[in-house]
Amino acid sequence: MLDNNQLLRFTTAGSVDDGKSTLIGRLLYDSKSIFEDQLEAIENTSRKKGHDGVDLALFTDGLRAEREQGITIDVAYRYFTTPKRKFIIADTPGHIQYTRNMVTGASTANAAIILVDARHGVIEQTRRHAFIASLLQIPHIIVCINKMDLVDYQEKAYNVVIDQFEEFSSKLLVKDIRFIPISALEGDNVVNRSSKMNWYQGAPLLHTLETMHISSDINKIDGRFPVQTVLRPQNESHRDYRGYAGRVSSGIFRVGDEVTVLPSGFTSKIKSIDTFDEELDVAYAPMSISMTLEDDIDISRGDMIVRSNNKPEATQDIEMMLCWLHDNPARPRAKYSIQHTSNTQKAMIKEIVYKFDINTFKRNTEDKELNMNDISKVKIRTTKPLMIDSYRENRTTGSIILIDDTTNETVAAGMIV
Amino acid sequence: MSKYYLNYLDELESEAIFILREVWAQFQNPVILFSGGKDSIVITHLAKKAFYPARIPFALMHVDTGHNFPETIKFRDDLIKDLGVNLIVGSVQESIDDGRVAEEKGKNATRNALQITTLLDAIESNNVDCAIGGGRRDEEKARAKERFFSHRDDFGQWDPKNQRPELWNLFNGNHFEGEHFRAFPISNWTEMDVWNYIKREKIEIPSLYYAHERKVVWRSNSWIPYSEFLVLEDNEEIVTKKIRFRTLGDITITGGIESNADTLEKITQEVSAMRQTERGNRSDDKRSETAMEDRKRQGYF
Repeated sequence: MLDNNQLLRFTTAGSVDDGKSTLIGRLLYDSKSIFEDQLEAIENTSRKKGHDGVDLALFTDGLRAEREQGITIDVAYRYFTTPKRKFIIADTPGHIQYTRNMVTGASTANAAIILVDARHGVIEQTRRHAFIASLLQIPHIIVCINKMDLVDYQEKAYNVVIDQFEEFSSKLLVKDIRFIPISALEGDNVVNRSSKMNWYQGAPLLHTLETMHISSDINKIDGRFPVQTVLRPQNESHRDYRGYAGRVSSGIFRVGDEVTVLPSGFTSKIKSIDTFDEELDVAYAPMSISMTLEDDIDISRGDMIVRSNNKPEATQDIEMMLCWLHDNPARPRAKYSIQHTSNTQKAMIKEIVYKFDINTFKRNTEDKELNMNDISKVKIRTTKPLMIDSYRENRTTGSIILIDDTTNETVAAGMIV
Repeated sequence: MSKYYLNYLDELESEAIFILREVWAQFQNPVILFSGGKDSIVITHLAKKAFYPARIPFALMHVDTGHNFPETIKFRDDLIKDLGVNLIVGSVQESIDDGRVAEEKGKNATRNALQITTLLDAIESNNVDCAIGGGRRDEEKARAKERFFSHRDDFGQWDPKNQRPELWNLFNGNHFEGEHFRAFPISNWTEMDVWNYIKREKIEIPSLYYAHERKVVWRSNSWIPYSEFLVLEDNEEIVTKKIRFRTLGDITITGGIESNADTLEKITQEVSAMRQTERGNRSDDKRSETAMEDRKRQGYF
């Protein structure tokens, strides 16, 4: 394995019928990531269920209920490695009642694979998946037009989907979108190039995943360092050490940089950037480090260290797109805990501006109830200012979750506008 | 340094350090569940890095089945001394003596399932509100659904269909009195990642992982080490083989593989060519198709 191999996280959204599980099974199988005992277990189950041959889709079932019902309920994570990259797949269910799981899987993804059945073209579910990928600002979208074997590998079916897709995707905020004609069942253009679609000049799916540029997926412009905890060893060799431990959210920090601590507003300079292995000159997202400053300033968890010439907005009134994740609907004017980076405050939903219908792309300003899977634009008021960026510019400092203090459950996920 | 991106191993390490620091910040009394296996050794190594130059702020908790490899216990005690951290031991033998659990009977009897009671008792009596484990999602299908911060109710039970969603880097560890969490910092690592990391970091691991000569018995498609706890069948015979272990559990259930890999270099090469999952040699997972899910629901590691 090469030392500079990167990690790429991607999500797959789809339903039972569009071949999502077969595609994942195919990727794992053809990249030799399925072990013999796993294959044996799948063969046994296939036989018990009366399937012909090995049903690759069974590989992605996990929980007892999922195996019994033949569906994906929760996000399942799968792993495979090629000589070029390590991959993490967040395999999420595609049905509308599982929107929250799609949102969860999408939140950390570099890329989204959206599956379209070549026979049916773009359907409601396709638009929903594309919208969620856009809402969660997944940097790369790959539309796989699947089951090409069932339309005789004709270019026409592929072009129809591209036309249909571009009709609505112009309204979305998508930076990079690609289309690949595949047959997950037969293995065409998944790992190996298909010999049956010479009209397609692009790369197969795996090659696309292996080579797409992802170094720019993380914001390297705005220096943001939320403090997780303070390290005070008080041992012989580090008697006065006071290190601010955390993971760089975005941007680049160098020793000597002028920094401002928020919300206090005190300024100082970076004295050192420390790790167990060595002292560094520079730290960038997403590195976990410990930072010391030239001046003695009172800093604790929830504070954010930023570059002085580039600060986030500090505000108590925040507009965001909110996805409701819980069975219990939102209670009007109820207080919730809001978690933003390492900072937790209290918050209240002041106003529901509109609810967004993810099937019709229409806004509804009448309906003011937030139920599970609803996506709405809301205004939130917090008890103390949060140091925010817009989600579009910064997925870490632009995102929040709401926690219901009466149940301790995570009830909503928000993307700051 | 001019590339400004991390390679996959650095990114996994950074993620795990972030989780460990988050556990420390959000909980009152976390512990590391330490089995002496490579995954919990890697967790301990990551904790050392996460809090440097301070000491690891967690105790290590070991659930002792009494069916240990002697090598594991020595390794554990040396490590504790080296790190200067506390050790909490939960003893399955004591749970049996107290009548909390009953020993399984028969040829395939193990103390594997009995550990659940001992573990939950140790968590409760030590007021532990978060137990950090080395579980990985690639290990087993029920573990593929596991969260980084995984909630356990006041009976220590896991409800896989009703888990808190985890988005971005935001982890919700809020809980009521009597409940606890399990945290899994290396959720996203695979067996290969763990071995590559051990090699890169030159982490010391028990000698059992390296190929060595041992008295073994062929059972359920693997070499089970001979020990005083093993009840031999009529047709079984004790032989000496050069083997090594891919995972370490109880001496009664951990099967070895024949191997000549006696260096980390050779082990990583062997693992990358391996066509069986590492838990394929663990008879505890073979009891049924959902053996792991069933145990995890009750509070298993």
